[in-house]
Amino acid sequence: MISVRRIANTVIGLVLTALMLFPLYWMVNVSLTQPTELRKDPPNLFPLNPTFEGYRTVLDEQLPFLGTSLIIGLGTVMLTLILAAPAGFALAKLRPRGRTAVDFTLLIAQMIPSIIMAMGFYLIFFNWGILDTVPGLILADSTLAVPFAVLIFTAFMSGIPDELMNAAKIDGASEWRTFRSVILPVSRNSIVTVSLFAFLWAWSDFIFASTLNRGGDFQPITMGIYKYIGNNTQDWNAIMATAVVASVPAALLLIVAQRYVAAGVTAGAVKD
Amino acid sequence: MSAPPSPAETPVLAIAGEAASSMGAASSAPRRRGESPAARSGGARRRLRRRGARRRLRRQLIAWGFIAPVAVYMILFYAFPLYQNLDLSFREYTLRSFIDGTAPFVWFENYAEILQSSAFMPALINTGVFTIVSIVFQYSIGLALAVFFFKRFPLAATLRALFLVPWLLPLLVSASTWAWMLNSESGVVNAGLALVGVPQINWLTSPQWAMVSVLIANIWIGIPFNLVILYSGLQGIPNDIYEAASLDGANGWQTFWRITFPLLRPVSAITILLGLVYTLKVFDIIWIMTRGGPGNASTTFAIWSYRLGFGGGSPELSPAAAVGNLLILIAFVFGLIYIRTQRRMENS
Repeated sequence: MISVRRIANTVIGLVLTALMLFPLYWMVNVSLTQPTELRKDPPNLFPLNPTFEGYRTVLDEQLPFLGTSLIIGLGTVMLTLILAAPAGFALAKLRPRGRTAVDFTLLIAQMIPSIIMAMGFYLIFFNWGILDTVPGLILADSTLAVPFAVLIFTAFMSGIPDELMNAAKIDGASEWRTFRSVILPVSRNSIVTVSLFAFLWAWSDFIFASTLNRGGDFQPITMGIYKYIGNNTQDWNAIMATAVVASVPAALLLIVAQRYVAAGVTAGAVKD
Repeated sequence: MSAPPSPAETPVLAIAGEAASSMGAASSAPRRRGESPAARSGGARRRLRRRGARRRLRRQLIAWGFIAPVAVYMILFYAFPLYQNLDLSFREYTLRSFIDGTAPFVWFENYAEILQSSAFMPALINTGVFTIVSIVFQYSIGLALAVFFFKRFPLAATLRALFLVPWLLPLLVSASTWAWMLNSESGVVNAGLALVGVPQINWLTSPQWAMVSVLIANIWIGIPFNLVILYSGLQGIPNDIYEAASLDGANGWQTFWRITFPLLRPVSAITILLGLVYTLKVFDIIWIMTRGGPGNASTTFAIWSYRLGFGGGSPELSPAAAVGNLLILIAFVFGLIYIRTQRRMENS
């Protein structure tokens, strides 16, 4: 009796998941559809006669964009970790004065819409001469992750027992040494969570790319897709192939680091 | 649960109070140590206290040494752009300004211009409709799914994880996919509707459907986030309450309305407020799907600001900055409510 209900729930769950993921399926389906069949009404529900032409186009035209995105993503992760981890440690363990003011600022910072930041950055980057450059985008993209990262590190490192720190202090370790040799190694989980989100946000960024890197030689994949949509409203299979390729990092990260994703989403919102 | 704080107590005040009490706690420790041997002379005690003060100062300097990079970063890459934006909104910045670096100060002229613009009312209404409708659906669907996946059945955890995928995809990707699915002639949505006899709907190109289209896509993207947070909230409700309820003979519906929903209220409040703040920022989805059009049919403040600043041939950065600052004002109000709510939750 009970098992019948459980299986019924599984079936409902499968149907709901299928509904939710249908757009993703459709993206893959269209990416494999022959260009001549794209305008068919009704459209093919399955890629009966699949073509990899769209993917070949991606490889031909979008590889530099993908490479740029990878560099921007990794650069953003590095910058975020270097800035946020020490700050998180100090806020969690060293009792600085004004720590609540810092927390408050970080919370507020996350609520500022990117378009407003983009406008300010535009003039600043123009004056500094880093408009249309990869380092400029790394700097801009890091603003998405840094406040979040400091708060995650603070929350996580507060949970590390003080005894661990005191033991290091008795051994004569300085704060910096304690941070490097004791705190960082046990904070692996939070480092993974922060890196994951910093990378994904930088990888997905469109607003900074489209304002601060409108004409640069090295543009990220989001700009690659965007230009594609603008120029080729016919080649939807190539557009969708690019979209599939651009989604691969997200899908891979979700599979590899599933529990870190859930941890990051909830830690960002509900402190426990 | 403790009593709610008085309405007059703003978060800033609460923070100041907390900071003061933590400072008090830090300074009381060494003083207590100095008291114990009663025979100690005044001079020795003073020396000890001075050494304690020096040590405390050293600790503070070290702590702030760790924080300094982020503090400098926040000033350079948050405060400075925001100041720049504010300054920009009070000036008349033109293409000329890029060359000779001068822009006349015009006080509130840009703001007056925006408020009188024919795009203002549509943008205000659209921002409100987009935000409220998105949140109502994201929250209720997310909650229903959270309750559903909280039951124990085979594959529950795996399927719940799969629900996260749409949230992790680049927004640009999701928006492009939805744009193609909602395409008038070749879109799968219209093809599906045709099967049940609904005539073709011009989702993205007709004024009355453009907003619905971007709402559908945005709700779809927001469901995973609501699901995850509300699910973690459900995990926080003690199991014995449910056991007691089932002993009392409560059915599923009663259990939900009398137990789950009320006990989930703090988490719900956070979810909805975060949703508010995030939805105000939404840009990619609308820009990719409709560019705010047709006309101003799906233009929100974020879209309007972008269009003024970067959408056309000649950038109107100053009015764009003014629109952006209006948006910040709205976001800031919600931000304050969010922080207040979170503090109240931490205290209870």
